[in-house]
Amino acid sequence: MNPILTPEAGQKHLLLGNLAIARGAIEAGVAFVTCYPGTPSSEIPDIFFQIEPETDIYFEYSTNEKVALEVGAGAAASGIRTLVAMKHVGLNVAADPLMTLAYLGVEGGMVIVVADDVSLFSSQNEQDDRFYGKLSNLPIMEPSSPAEAKEMVKYAFDLSEELKLPVIVRTTTRINHSSGIVTFGTLKTRVTRGKFIKDPTKKVAIPAVSRVLHRILLEKYDQAADLANSSDYNFISGQGKWGIITNGVSYAYTMDALADLNLGNQVAVLRLGFTHPFPKKLVQDFLRGKEKVLVVEELEPYMETEAKAAAYEACLKTPIAGKSEELFSRLYEFSPSMVRAKIASYFGSPYQAPIPIETSDLPDVPSRPPTLCAGCPHRSTLYSVKKIAGEDTIYPCDIGCYGLAYIPPLSASDYCICMGSSISSACGISRTTGRKAVAFIGDSTFFHSGMTGLVDAVHNKHNILVVILDNGTTAMTGHQINPGMDTKPLGRDKQRIKPEDVVRGLGVQDIHVVRPRNLKKTQETVKAAMQYEGVSVIISEEVCPLFARRIGEFPKRPVFQVDQDRCKNHRDCINYLACPAFYLEGEKVMIDPDLCIGCAVCSQVCPENAIRPVKKGE
Amino acid sequence: MKHTRIHITGVGGQGTLLATGLIGEAGLIAGVNVNVSEVHGMAQRGGVVESAVTMGDIMSPIVSDGEADILLSFEPSETLRSAAKCSKVTTVITNSRPLHPFTVAIGKGVYPNIAEALERMRKRVKKLFAIDANACAHEAGSILSMNMVMLGAMAKHAELPITPEHLRQAIKENTKAKFLDINLKAFDLGYDT
Repeated sequence: MNPILTPEAGQKHLLLGNLAIARGAIEAGVAFVTCYPGTPSSEIPDIFFQIEPETDIYFEYSTNEKVALEVGAGAAASGIRTLVAMKHVGLNVAADPLMTLAYLGVEGGMVIVVADDVSLFSSQNEQDDRFYGKLSNLPIMEPSSPAEAKEMVKYAFDLSEELKLPVIVRTTTRINHSSGIVTFGTLKTRVTRGKFIKDPTKKVAIPAVSRVLHRILLEKYDQAADLANSSDYNFISGQGKWGIITNGVSYAYTMDALADLNLGNQVAVLRLGFTHPFPKKLVQDFLRGKEKVLVVEELEPYMETEAKAAAYEACLKTPIAGKSEELFSRLYEFSPSMVRAKIASYFGSPYQAPIPIETSDLPDVPSRPPTLCAGCPHRSTLYSVKKIAGEDTIYPCDIGCYGLAYIPPLSASDYCICMGSSISSACGISRTTGRKAVAFIGDSTFFHSGMTGLVDAVHNKHNILVVILDNGTTAMTGHQINPGMDTKPLGRDKQRIKPEDVVRGLGVQDIHVVRPRNLKKTQETVKAAMQYEGVSVIISEEVCPLFARRIGEFPKRPVFQVDQDRCKNHRDCINYLACPAFYLEGEKVMIDPDLCIGCAVCSQVCPENAIRPVKKGE
Repeated sequence: MKHTRIHITGVGGQGTLLATGLIGEAGLIAGVNVNVSEVHGMAQRGGVVESAVTMGDIMSPIVSDGEADILLSFEPSETLRSAAKCSKVTTVITNSRPLHPFTVAIGKGVYPNIAEALERMRKRVKKLFAIDANACAHEAGSILSMNMVMLGAMAKHAELPITPEHLRQAIKENTKAKFLDINLKAFDLGYDT
């Protein structure tokens, strides 16, 4: 049995925040889990995928976050405890159902875990999803550690059923991807079979119904506010004439800072874990009698603004500070020493900042940017398309490994907004520039939100080429299942929907399927597609080598070497293809046999035919 | 406040995250409070991988500049890149074997003179121990055990709230049975070198 499922309570485990969240849901008796994977949330669904064969918990990787939330809503409406997980920008995709699901409410507890990527480790923006609480009126909870995340998720299910509302658990990368010691609790009995009770006057969001439901939502909001004011997750530690209000991982930095600065008996800390509805009364009580209060929170001044409003309503003059030039930034994540320095400066405490060693005379270190793997089929496709379509063509790109096409020498990403945007933005670009634009999109992203853009392109007769980089998996986030792939190697029996069939069904006339490692054929195909007036789609099919290795279907091929007698040092291999298996030994181009996977693409690029397979015994 | 802050750095594929997790597991075995922090996703694709372990009376899971008690680095140019994490009380444990970034490999960047740079660093920190961990890993039986060599070297040369035996136990409980002998041998080679 996977240890995460163990029914025994009391065991201590070192658990990743995301796994602690999963365990919390399991302890709460979750029976239905949906998601779209996205860093830093992906390990939550991935563990449910792993344990699915040994439990009766239903799990799916949904097509996108909107679908995940709606599938989950159906389960929760049928009385089943449901977990929906996504990254912060995923909630933008799911915002439509979120807003009205708040009106409808839920029967079974529903927890929506939303993982904010502060500092953009792996995201296109660093939006603060706490504002979805204000927008939707739904409760938000924010843990400060993996151990607390487990308890909070468990409580969030109870809260959800008490209020009959979905509850958002908002985390940040430093909670999702931190591990801490977590003590397992008992498991609540799972209820996996639901019953949908018809009640159109409460469950069908038409104007006449929603007018009533909006009023009910605001009543629930008031009820939630009362609960937030008395919640154990909103607690005060220490005492003193000064105060700090903090949340999430900032609480850890704050507590360490106060210990380091010996301010424990001068500064009281109000840690907020149930942050929306904002516990106004609790905060007013905290502010009363304080000389001044500092708000320590990453990203936007959500708590700070709410605390100031709460102070105004209670006619309190307590100075409240947080975001400013001198104090905290709205950009990027905090660090322990930065928080310590700001606390010291705000409360006028003597403080010696840590002194890093002198580094100015240490040599510059060459950058080490992430790159497409050796033998990655995306590289071959991007290379071929650019070779034919040229430097002047505009290449809108999408979200996935191929986003690394941004980096030279491929430089095949000119515009990228969000999931699915490559196809639709290509339409606007081609229409206004009068040139065929070329969109790159992966298989999972195509299913996520590329299909609707393609319908637009066909219907409105745009002139674009869409290149679907079909590597048979959702590679960037850890090789999750998507609708286009064969799931049998992973021991699952999902219906496969081939991108080619979808594209044909959506009315595209000019469809090509290529194997990107055949450069000549691929380039001929690109040439034909570029000459076509209208919507062309090229599906470039080649499995991700990392995934192939994982499922044990990695073909054994000879690795390649550079024939030094034939090599004339054109270096097209390095300058245009830039596979990381290449290196220079003096002036000689070499191939690292440990990295080469034998894809043979570079051998087709070399003008001297100097790259050839290593023969047995060579 | 008694605590230990370890900053760990290396290159994607070197097994830094497994090593990071094992330090955490050793803490759990030893009954010491541990916080482990890592970053997944885009950051891993052949790029720099940084992680951290803090132990003892501490809640923050990451290490600020100038505050590492230990810098554990799997690649020497990454040791230099993370030098600002160190202060004069830091113990640096570094692999001495370069792994050239692709930019350098194709002649579009210059790899620094590592020996000279590490000597400079050595004078500014409490202790700097450099080990050819790749060589030890090969000796143990697999280059993949390089991370275990580094754990062994850290267990020997750095002050930790856990013992080498806790780390060995963590390796036994958390690495694949098939590689256990190699991993333990690699750990011991790192410890004894």
